Amino acid sequence: MSRTVRLRIRRQDGPDAPSRWEEFAVPHYPHMNVITCLQEIQRNPVDAQGKATTPVVWDCNCLEEVCGACTMVINGRARQACSALVDDLPQPIVLEPLSKFPLIRDLMVDRTVMFENLKRIKGWVPIDGTYDLGPGPRLAEKRRQFGYRLSRCMTCGCCMEACPQVNRRTNFIGPAALAQALYFNISPIGRSLAEERLEAIMGDGGITECGNAQNCVKVCPKEVPLTTAIAKLNGDTTWYFLRNWFQR
Amino acid sequence: MQRQNVIVVGGGLAGLMAAVRIAEQNFHVDLFSLVPVRRSHSVCAQGGINAAVNTKGEGDSPWEHFDDTIYGGDFLANQTPVKRMCEAAPGIIYLFDRMGVMFNRTDEGLLDFRRFGGTKYHRTAFAGATTGQQLLYALDEQVRRYEAAGRVTKFEGWEFLSAIADDAGVCRGVVAADLVSGEVRAFPGRAVILATGGLGMIFGKSTNSVINTGAAAGSVYTQGARFANGEFIQVHPTAIPGPDKLRLMSESARGEGGRVWVPRNGERWYFLEEMYPAYGNLVPRDIASRAIFDVCVNQGLGVDGKNQVYLDLTHIPADELEVKLGGILEIYRKFMGDDPAKVPMKVFPAVHYSMGGLWVDYDQMTAIPGLFAAGECEYQYHGANRLGANSLLSCIYGGQVAGQKAMEWALDKAPDTDPTRHGELEATRQREFLDRIRSMDGDENPYVLHRELGEVMTENVTVVRHNDRLDATLERIAEFKERWTNLRPPDNGARANQSLHFARQLYYMLELAHVITLGARLRDESRGAHYKPEFPDRDDERFLKTTLAAYTADGPRIDYEDVDIQYIPPRPRKYDVDKKETMG
Repeated sequence: MSRTVRLRIRRQDGPDAPSRWEEFAVPHYPHMNVITCLQEIQRNPVDAQGKATTPVVWDCNCLEEVCGACTMVINGRARQACSALVDDLPQPIVLEPLSKFPLIRDLMVDRTVMFENLKRIKGWVPIDGTYDLGPGPRLAEKRRQFGYRLSRCMTCGCCMEACPQVNRRTNFIGPAALAQALYFNISPIGRSLAEERLEAIMGDGGITECGNAQNCVKVCPKEVPLTTAIAKLNGDTTWYFLRNWFQR
Repeated sequence: MQRQNVIVVGGGLAGLMAAVRIAEQNFHVDLFSLVPVRRSHSVCAQGGINAAVNTKGEGDSPWEHFDDTIYGGDFLANQTPVKRMCEAAPGIIYLFDRMGVMFNRTDEGLLDFRRFGGTKYHRTAFAGATTGQQLLYALDEQVRRYEAAGRVTKFEGWEFLSAIADDAGVCRGVVAADLVSGEVRAFPGRAVILATGGLGMIFGKSTNSVINTGAAAGSVYTQGARFANGEFIQVHPTAIPGPDKLRLMSESARGEGGRVWVPRNGERWYFLEEMYPAYGNLVPRDIASRAIFDVCVNQGLGVDGKNQVYLDLTHIPADELEVKLGGILEIYRKFMGDDPAKVPMKVFPAVHYSMGGLWVDYDQMTAIPGLFAAGECEYQYHGANRLGANSLLSCIYGGQVAGQKAMEWALDKAPDTDPTRHGELEATRQREFLDRIRSMDGDENPYVLHRELGEVMTENVTVVRHNDRLDATLERIAEFKERWTNLRPPDNGARANQSLHFARQLYYMLELAHVITLGARLRDESRGAHYKPEFPDRDDERFLKTTLAAYTADGPRIDYEDVDIQYIPPRPRKYDVDKKETMG
């Protein structure tokens, strides 16, 4: 008999519907990942007991871990389904939706809050316009490399899922948005809004909610230096606070 | 008084560029996207973006860029818009630099440029090997700024279903569906820009994202927009084969010195360098893909007896690789488990890009007045073969033009009559179409049918094309269309019903598959990415023409249109010798 892959998937028809577990067995082939398993179920929506069901609903797009869409909890850990290779995972592979975001259906959740947080920190460079205004400022390559590490954040939500401070009781903005605040604050033109960004992250749900658990940096698939960024911002907000205090 | 707005459909580079251009002039944008715009397929672009800024003292110029692009596209592109794009390119790079894109730098802190296929110049600006992602993020951030200021309203998770046309056939808005709630609604707009990307999903597996079905372009094609040069499908020479996707390994790997080879008689055969001494590993993509195909399929020399060749970076220092190509090394390591800094990658060609797309005029307007198109969903900038790192440029430039011209249309030319009635009629039509699919009670699974379509298209309508096989493919497409009417969507749920919408997308994939295959069948020549061994030469007399497909219920009606060649007279395209030697 050919090899199969066993999966256990938490399913839920909507935010108010009860959740249930379904088990599946799909054919195995080389270099298969969790997305491939879900695609097999789309083509043959039958559970491991042979009972007809519906295809599992989930988000995905690029399938090469650069868009951030397919984040889910796989065997207890938040990660992208596309880069979760079946041969590296113990079975049954357990799939659950991210728990820190509103559920839409099955493994699909609503991560709007992450994009809203980017508004809170004014996550943009305030250029004058998109017309040709000549070359931008020079930038040392070393500095560029640090900025690039921050700018690879794909808003996937792994850090939010892993952070104990992101929960119903706090409105913590989370590691991703904080790192983006630093990213824009070190940008040659973006830094013109630096003080407004520091104000934003000093308020309610801001940087002081960070409990320094350091889970975020461990789960980040793009190795964004999240804790380094938060430490740097801690210093910046302290200086900013003191300076304002002395100037009063 | 109607609301002064432009509707932009699509949140990739072209759509976001258009949106920013409009919003910064105090005009309102309603922005529709299947996914949060920051996750659009532009994130997958790796290697870079072209602009002839000539910072390396090589004598590069926008004219050289223009000439390389026209020559690389085998003279099929209209020359006026391509010339304008190449002239605008340096300003576009500077714009993105000002927006904060972390482009790689030289020692002096200036933008660095690398080489790419089909040119001899260092012309490609890059941000590691995730340039598309970085450019998209910059525009996403600018759009967020205007969203916060109330000038952009986003509809993320909404799918474009069709254009609203009034009695005069003018586009007056869109009908879209909320993919979570299932709601179908009409949205009036003074002008509409489609920036809905490519159609790689028609080939099943490709380097494209799963949202790249071409359904939006297919839908407006059935409403009267023309589809141009559909048969020109770019097959990228180097991708990692996978069961779910063919993952791109950027041309920048060769731009930074990567070499392609296979073992032959106990030695390394660097066949591209041997066959094309002037350009070597940096020949245009159609040429490299045909060579790899020939070496593997015809000569049976693929690595380990399989359809794959080596793409070798192991001679380049590892720290340099990390800074310049980190993004693709990471993909190879994560998905294949090997380190390309230590062992050569195994790659094979994969469907990558559609040169063809919606026909547009030089103002980016489609054959439907008031409906504009920009980015990969239109046909204008690449002719018969696109040069690497020109796609990001054409998306951004096309988005700028479309944004500007759509806004001018909205201000000066859009009718002032009330479009509500037409919107409701169109919304009803779309609801009925979805209801029809929902109530289908056949025995075909749409995902299974899609896989078969992809296999047939990849087998017959990619690198090498034969008329008898194209005829057989047309028959298969007719059979698939018949089977589509016998679907049974596997989900009856009202909420986030992905299979229902996939079945709908498949309908339009079949329409465009028909356009692509019929265009290929009728073009009896070889030009750029379109290669027929029965007709191995370019035939300018018969086919220096744009293919134009018009929808009819019996299948596409194909016409041809002359190409604008006013600046550079067509000359033979040969990459074994230097470009200068081809100029008479």
